[in-house]
Amino acid sequence: MRFLFKTSYAQDLRLARHGGHVFWYGLLCLALVLAPWVVQEYWLAQLSFVLIYAIVGLGLMLLAGFTGLFSLGHAAFLGVGAYTQAGLTGIGWPFALALVCAAALSAAAGWVVGLPALRVKGIYLGMATLSFGFIVEELFARWESVTGGNAGKHLAPPQVWGLSLESGTAFHFLCLGLTVVCTLAVLNLLRSPTGRAFVAIRDSEISAQSMGIHLARYKTLSFSLSAALAGIGGALYAHKLQFISPDQFGIMQSIDLLLMVVVGGLGSVHGAFLGALFLIAMPQLIALGKDWLPATIGQAPGLQAVVYGAVLIAFVLFEPMGLYGRWLKLRTWLQMFPFYRRGMFKRQRSFQKSERLR
Amino acid sequence: MQFVQLLISGISQGCIYGLMALGFVLIYKATETVSFAQGELMMLGAFCALALMTVAGFPFWLAVPASIAAMGLFGMGLERAVIRPILGQPAFSIVMLTIGIGYVLRGLVTMIPVIGTETHQLPVPYQDLSFRLGALVLSAGQLVVMLATGLLCAALFALFRYSKLGVAMQAAAQNQLAAYYMGIPVQRLDGLVWALAAAVAAVAGLLLAPVTFVHANMGLIGLKAFPAAVVGGFSSLPGAIVGGLLIGIVESLSGFYLPEGFKDIAAFIVVLVMLMLRPNGLFGEPLRKKV
Repeated sequence: MRFLFKTSYAQDLRLARHGGHVFWYGLLCLALVLAPWVVQEYWLAQLSFVLIYAIVGLGLMLLAGFTGLFSLGHAAFLGVGAYTQAGLTGIGWPFALALVCAAALSAAAGWVVGLPALRVKGIYLGMATLSFGFIVEELFARWESVTGGNAGKHLAPPQVWGLSLESGTAFHFLCLGLTVVCTLAVLNLLRSPTGRAFVAIRDSEISAQSMGIHLARYKTLSFSLSAALAGIGGALYAHKLQFISPDQFGIMQSIDLLLMVVVGGLGSVHGAFLGALFLIAMPQLIALGKDWLPATIGQAPGLQAVVYGAVLIAFVLFEPMGLYGRWLKLRTWLQMFPFYRRGMFKRQRSFQKSERLR
Repeated sequence: MQFVQLLISGISQGCIYGLMALGFVLIYKATETVSFAQGELMMLGAFCALALMTVAGFPFWLAVPASIAAMGLFGMGLERAVIRPILGQPAFSIVMLTIGIGYVLRGLVTMIPVIGTETHQLPVPYQDLSFRLGALVLSAGQLVVMLATGLLCAALFALFRYSKLGVAMQAAAQNQLAAYYMGIPVQRLDGLVWALAAAVAAVAGLLLAPVTFVHANMGLIGLKAFPAAVVGGFSSLPGAIVGGLLIGIVESLSGFYLPEGFKDIAAFIVVLVMLMLRPNGLFGEPLRKKV
């Protein structure tokens, strides 16, 4: 077990708390850099998807996990990013510029959605974002001159500084680079006054307000930043699939994204990555499990939905801190080995706090 | 005349949204959570009646109360098994939980071989009946929907107004802790509320079945009932019905007078407008905490 004695404020703000962090995260980065030479093409593509979803997850985590605002229409931002990227690269814009525009346009959409967030709370905000998601999905389907309607839209492989990133390896490095940049950006944001303000709003709006936090400004900012990250993720997603259609950005995708952050662990940056890994690995695991089950169950079409739902229920009931919480418990157990107590992470039971009175 | 015809079809569709919204409002009032599984409960109710009629050979008038009662029991069991353990947690975890329940129910029904993936017709006795009123054509299905909604509303009104149980539910809805101190068994009431909501959902499913047929994805109509609940105010029972009617009528009219595509999102546009104008809905009481 490692004891950290903090003797200066700088120590409190450091991104890497101690040498162990540097070592292990360095090792992880190294493994990801070396991945193209180790794993097969198919698994590399899945890894790229994990990285893309991790970017989107970081965005949603910022909104849901750190600011406490839930969006049931987050896939719409993904779609705005994807269609912007498709449209702009389609008319010959360079990749980087299109990506910036995709992020900016998604952020603008996020700002628009954030506006009702100033007046409504809890489930009403959920309804507002849900409605926004539906309207945007319909817009994608109907605005055929721009989005290609239900027939979908094709994209060329991304070109970065004249270099075509058609191969999986090159695209993997693009995703990896952007993921690292986004992660560092989010981590830095979270230790800045803005990030502290987000967490304060999540924990108690009233006390945040009385500490002088401008609720309206920070809530819309949170929505914009979250949407911008989703837009970047969406742009990469569009390039990865090279084909986008409106039904990829519907309510089901939004719920998948929420499932991702809840299963990963709300309120932790690790959770975004673990959730993305889970979301991509789950269909593979189900496919593997199918062979073990009797044919009547294994081949039934609803199996995937049942497993998703059951996993979601299990996590909410037994592990509200998600996969990251599970890891925290394991780590604590290992660190304190003979002295771990069962009740260390036990939740307090309480009477329901009313959300109507706020 | 055409306008009136559209109005009538909108009202009958709106009644179904209203019934679904009634389920949301019941649960929201009592436990302050929103159940995303309501649409799936509706689907399950319709399938239950279908199974009773085609497999067990029940006559229609017996299958209806039987399936409603079965869904009521199911709702109570659901509350006991998965909702109660996390009461007191943030509302969002219960929302995620109900999304999970919805997934599981839809998946399980789909997994039933042959039955699950196909579209079925519920053999109702009033299937092909229709009445002419001058130039208007009223199908018996529409009439039954309106009639049943009216009766159910009257029954719920009576329950909340005159029965001890209903008064206890109101008390628990206003302040759980205070109600608990007054000797009201709040947890048992929660179970009853879920049972009631599931039964109302089953009624909606039975009424919807002749219109859209019975299939595993019919629960998705529950998403249209959210706007109804929001428009009426999430904490008002009459509001749910009024909101449902409003959404139904807007949808029906926009389907005819506006360009294609507006029908599907009309409900959501209404919600956004509503949230901007009156965040508490038409009938919602604005509550404010005083510090």
